[in-house]
Amino acid sequence: MHDASGSAGFEIIRREDFSDVTYLLEIRHPLMARAAKPGQFVIVMSHAQGERIPLTIADFDRGRGSVTLVIQAVGKTTREMQQTCQVGTMLYALVGPMGVPSAIGQAKKVLCVGGGLGTAPIFPQARGFSENGAYVIGVLGFRSKDLIFWEDKFRGCCDELILCTDDGSAGVKGTIADGMKLAIERHRDIEEAVIIGPPVMMKAGAQVTRTAGIKTVVSLNPIMVDGTGMCGGCRVKIGDQVKFACVDGPDFDGHKVDFDDLTMRLKRYAEEEKTALARWSESCRLAQARGSG
Amino acid sequence: MAKKRTIRTIPQQRTPVREQDPRERVRNFAEVNCGYTRQEAATEAERCLFCPDPACVAGCPVNIDIPGFIREIGAQDFRAAYEVIGRANLLPAVCGRVCPQESQCEGVCVVGDTLEPVAIGRLERFVGDLAIKEGWASIPYIEPNGFKIGIVGSGPAGIACAADMAKAGCAVTVYEAFHQPGGVLRYGIPDFRLPNEVIDAEIENLRKLGVRFECNTLVGRLFTIEQMIDELGFDAVFIGTGAGYPSMLGIPGDCLNRVLSANELLTRCNLMRAKDFPDYDTPLPLGRRVAVIGAGNTAMDAMRVCLRLGAERVFCVYRRTKAEAPARAEEIHHAEEEGIEFHWLTAPVEILPDEKGGVGAMRCIRMELGAPDASGRARPVPVPGSEHELAVDQVVFAIGTNANPIIGQTSKLRLDRRGYIEADESMATSMAGVFAGGDIVTGAATVIEAMGAGRRAARSMKEYLGIRDDGTASLGEAERGGMLFGIDHRERNFARIRLA
Repeated sequence: MHDASGSAGFEIIRREDFSDVTYLLEIRHPLMARAAKPGQFVIVMSHAQGERIPLTIADFDRGRGSVTLVIQAVGKTTREMQQTCQVGTMLYALVGPMGVPSAIGQAKKVLCVGGGLGTAPIFPQARGFSENGAYVIGVLGFRSKDLIFWEDKFRGCCDELILCTDDGSAGVKGTIADGMKLAIERHRDIEEAVIIGPPVMMKAGAQVTRTAGIKTVVSLNPIMVDGTGMCGGCRVKIGDQVKFACVDGPDFDGHKVDFDDLTMRLKRYAEEEKTALARWSESCRLAQARGSG
Repeated sequence: MAKKRTIRTIPQQRTPVREQDPRERVRNFAEVNCGYTRQEAATEAERCLFCPDPACVAGCPVNIDIPGFIREIGAQDFRAAYEVIGRANLLPAVCGRVCPQESQCEGVCVVGDTLEPVAIGRLERFVGDLAIKEGWASIPYIEPNGFKIGIVGSGPAGIACAADMAKAGCAVTVYEAFHQPGGVLRYGIPDFRLPNEVIDAEIENLRKLGVRFECNTLVGRLFTIEQMIDELGFDAVFIGTGAGYPSMLGIPGDCLNRVLSANELLTRCNLMRAKDFPDYDTPLPLGRRVAVIGAGNTAMDAMRVCLRLGAERVFCVYRRTKAEAPARAEEIHHAEEEGIEFHWLTAPVEILPDEKGGVGAMRCIRMELGAPDASGRARPVPVPGSEHELAVDQVVFAIGTNANPIIGQTSKLRLDRRGYIEADESMATSMAGVFAGGDIVTGAATVIEAMGAGRRAARSMKEYLGIRDDGTASLGEAERGGMLFGIDHRERNFARIRLA
């Protein structure tokens, strides 16, 4: 027992590094593995002084009693976790599954699109649709060939997989929007698209499906504190309404989301994030200097 | 035997309590009110008339024997005073600090008809603080009765219910979604009004009673209320999840980057320790000129937090007058002392952006009080042509909350039309064995009202389970400890869950 939480923490049972910025953590939590459904997220605190960050559940395994998160080291917290989160170590806090599960309907042909942070979380959706008997077309975007991960996993549940790379080193040269256009040209009967990724990417993807008249769901990941509807930090503009992504979402109609507002709100702690990252990088540098000196 | 006290023989003045100087305290998070010393408490205790039919006890939502504990303070038997309070209230150090005494016990104190009422709140806090300092705990011998009680939410309603059920011999588990227990006491009320150590101490007392706290557990999503009864083996469940879901008014500009709810501000500061950023990772940048909308306790807390985090000017914008402001009198007084600028009879109309997506100014309109509305309070009516701009770069909404939707989304419990859980006077919900109380039933109210609801629910639960007041068990010895669901995150604990 460490402090008032009375919790010993949540054990990391597997780690995999996909690249120098992207890593996977599998965490033991049998109860969450049983409760989790596609589209849901968790909130993680890596240590007692840490911040609460929302992460979409990338996979859950009821047999192993685990949930899997795929994390990109972009800010102070995620870079620090990249260093400290090793197999056998504990996360200080992990709560979830949060949010309304995705409505995996009976659509017969669907497009599952993931890029950047959204590549991993689109997997449970693709698998869910596949289990419901849909013809699943996966579209995944990466910067280059070296950064591709989970290709096998996706091939296992997608009937077609279109890989897109910015530099053309694998698959189609271009963004997910290009991959989506390709898929839509080949299949005129796509009933639904699910897009998960950075706001600018979801915005571009939603533009493609709007033109093609395809129903589109996006999963939003704004800044959150509690994740239970209590703080309102995650409010997003959907059409003429304001919603809380944590309890009203995170899935919303991609054609109604105000992505510019989302992008703006994601920047509201940019200055502080910079400060925290600089301070942390400096402390790492000093520690390293001491270690080698 | 001393002569009978009368209003003329008791000390005429209320014993003052030391407070941090306002100029000093706006720069720190230490407590404003320093509390009574033993001598001061004993002196104040001399002001109680020991009414034969004390109005104060009836005025207390949990009916503490107030003259009883004051008598013990007068006799300098502070431990006995603690035992008297402990029979009704497990959290005297909390309640002495946060109850609106002026509208409860002290509001009906007979001394108050002529003089200032007895400082019941300060005396209660004195006893609570001394108990923490001395390590007293009223832990009776408890005979286990085999019943398992699940409590959803570790705020005031949940812990009051937990304490009563644990004392009755039940195995009680309290689930909390945050990483630390205490609910609004922890995330909502700042250190200068309720230090974290006080919450820790009071939670520890509950642990000593056998109550288990399971943090990081979002009931409804990790498992449902129905599953608690059907699969996890709880004989009864109490839901005290609080009000949640802050209201944002819906005026233009309310999504700008320098606009947030008081809940977010306070959670970042209190629970996440943003005041110690970057030693703690959670940031909370604030503007220099802050407008807080609302005049309840949450608004006062938010304003005073902003001052302590370095805001130059903090404005309270409220559409009614000071007389209608829902905050405790002491909080408004402290806020005034600290230099909060009050704009009574003023309502926001629009928040104007600056060039970077932040706040440039807030457009307001003056109000006047008209005929009473449904709540009995005078309805504020806009004064035509009175629109004006307030130069601010930060806006905080503290105008109340709506019902949190999670339990409603995930259970078949009957809700009212605003989304709050329906419960009768006994706090029973539409589902057998499931009780609810506090803000999730009534909408936002006070800590002690929530505790009162938790205790009422506990009484009804005992009746429902057939637990008699002498604590006799009506079931055989039940499995306790490690068999309770979800306790230590080891797989074998979850074997009883059925997958849908």
